[in-house]
Amino acid sequence: MNPLIPLFVIVPLAGAFLIMILGRLIRNLDKYLASLILLFLVSVSFWFLLTTGDKVTVYKAGGWEPVNGIPIAIYMVLDGFNTLVLCIINIIGFVSVFYSITYMSRYTSENYFYALFCLMIAGMNGVVISGDLFNIFVFLEISAISSYALVAFGVEKNELEATFKYQVLGALASFIILLGIGLIYWKAKTLNIADIRMVFSSGYDRAYYLLIQILLLCGFGLKAAIIPFHAWLPDAHSSAPSPISAMLSGVLIKAAGIYVIIRLFFNMFAISQGMSVLITTLGALSMVTGVFLAIGQWDIKRLLAYHSISQMGYVVLSVGIGMMMISKGIRDEIAALAIAGGLFHLINHAAFKGLLFLNAGAIEYTTGTRDLREMGGLAKQMPVTAATSFAASMAISGIPPFNGFFSKLIIIIAAVLAKYYLLAVLAVIVSIITLASFLKFQRYAFFNKSDDQNKRNIKEVPFPMLFSMIVLSIICLLLSILALPGIRETILMPATDILMDPSKYASQITGI
Amino acid sequence: MIPYYLCFILFLVGLYGIITRRNLVKIAISLSVMEFSVFLLLALTGYREGGVAPIVDPTDPVKVYVDPLPQAMVLTAIVIGLATTAMIMAVIIRIYRKYGTFDIREIKNLRG
Repeated sequence: MNPLIPLFVIVPLAGAFLIMILGRLIRNLDKYLASLILLFLVSVSFWFLLTTGDKVTVYKAGGWEPVNGIPIAIYMVLDGFNTLVLCIINIIGFVSVFYSITYMSRYTSENYFYALFCLMIAGMNGVVISGDLFNIFVFLEISAISSYALVAFGVEKNELEATFKYQVLGALASFIILLGIGLIYWKAKTLNIADIRMVFSSGYDRAYYLLIQILLLCGFGLKAAIIPFHAWLPDAHSSAPSPISAMLSGVLIKAAGIYVIIRLFFNMFAISQGMSVLITTLGALSMVTGVFLAIGQWDIKRLLAYHSISQMGYVVLSVGIGMMMISKGIRDEIAALAIAGGLFHLINHAAFKGLLFLNAGAIEYTTGTRDLREMGGLAKQMPVTAATSFAASMAISGIPPFNGFFSKLIIIIAAVLAKYYLLAVLAVIVSIITLASFLKFQRYAFFNKSDDQNKRNIKEVPFPMLFSMIVLSIICLLLSILALPGIRETILMPATDILMDPSKYASQITGI
Repeated sequence: MIPYYLCFILFLVGLYGIITRRNLVKIAISLSVMEFSVFLLLALTGYREGGVAPIVDPTDPVKVYVDPLPQAMVLTAIVIGLATTAMIMAVIIRIYRKYGTFDIREIKNLRG
């Protein structure tokens, strides 16, 4: 029992409540309270990252002990994998909320914004720490509903249209997920992920099992915007206020989509050949299609949103390669390498895509446009934005010494070692096209000198926005050290181990 | 087995509505239909032949009880569903104020 685990949900929930009540009475309370909450969560999640290691700690809500070895309480679980995801959620959350202090001052009813933001953080943290399928659904809906509201925060034509699309597809995904959970409960009579694993390991109906897997893959695939389900992502992510775009693209699609897919397909279902082929194919498809859709975009945030699909494709692809290797039962070290590469890219993508959306927000804040063709020559007027966005662009295109290079390298090496040469070649090609597309972004936004007359009063953005961008660009550089042998073992290996050895996860949780 | 198939048919009716309707409010209604078909299925998973409400009576050991957990889950899910519906209706009203129409074919600012 670790009594600190529920803090990840309780603190932001209480914060949202307090901001709603006190925010009207005390001026500027909302901004600083939200920043403080996120700062606290960042420090707690870091502390867990350093202390968790190989251990699996559990919090049982209400203190209900298992009866005859069957867990009946709501379990909150902390292991090597989800501490990593918690860290990225809270860091990107802190940076975005600090950035919002000036960015959101142009909008009205700011206290609603900060309350919804805290609610979204609570939902995402809840999804990640929950060890129970139904609670994953509940927290998923908390984060989803607050993100619907946040996407529509500008209440203009585009925002409303985007949020309507997002809501219809998001609600569809939720029902499909709920249907899958109901079907699981019908057969397994339990909702605890570890216990479901135990129940299904003693035999199951193959067709039924496959139906559940397909339903959950569709549902969480819709939340994660893997390619056949991606229609809502470019609209929603480009219409939201920029700090929210950074949250949605940087963490929400990972916490609510990719994280749950990885967790369920490694730790709950037995890995099968068919599913791993399907997941790898979906990953490769989103990797390639996403980048081709991105290259023709002129709206900065739309371009970045399509790149999110493509970069998530890398993560799904490499996790799929890991599943494939495990299902063949040979050469576990390649599977471990592929999964570690995927998780590393997941972390990296949060850092650089968050930074890129904050840069796009800064450009929009000063120039008032998102169209690349109307910008140009901003490098002189906005040197910090230009430098940080250059760092992020190089990171996402995989140029050393930035973090994106190392994770893509690991993924490509894993694909080559696993003898999927076609996938390795595709990954390289997609990386090159990404580079081309970001060179276009850099050239049109910052260098391509246009007429100076209409650019006269453009200044660098205020301090909170600068601070957030600088912090994230430093994180982009620092994350490269995760590829070093000594550090990789302490940070990435616990996460890979818990995924590689699903019986360990199940036995540790039900055994406690 | 018939109630389970009817739930599935209701689910498909909702899905059909979401795909084919052009009116925003009708899409919201179709979403609700789909939502409640899932809730019905969840409630049915707790059904036992001849089961009674799970108020345990120690004097009668052979009594069959229905499973109360899916009922609790459905209650939670209904609350969430209410929040989703309220949110989507609020957005639809705002869209009507901005565009002056409920027709989804005329609401297409975002493309590409």
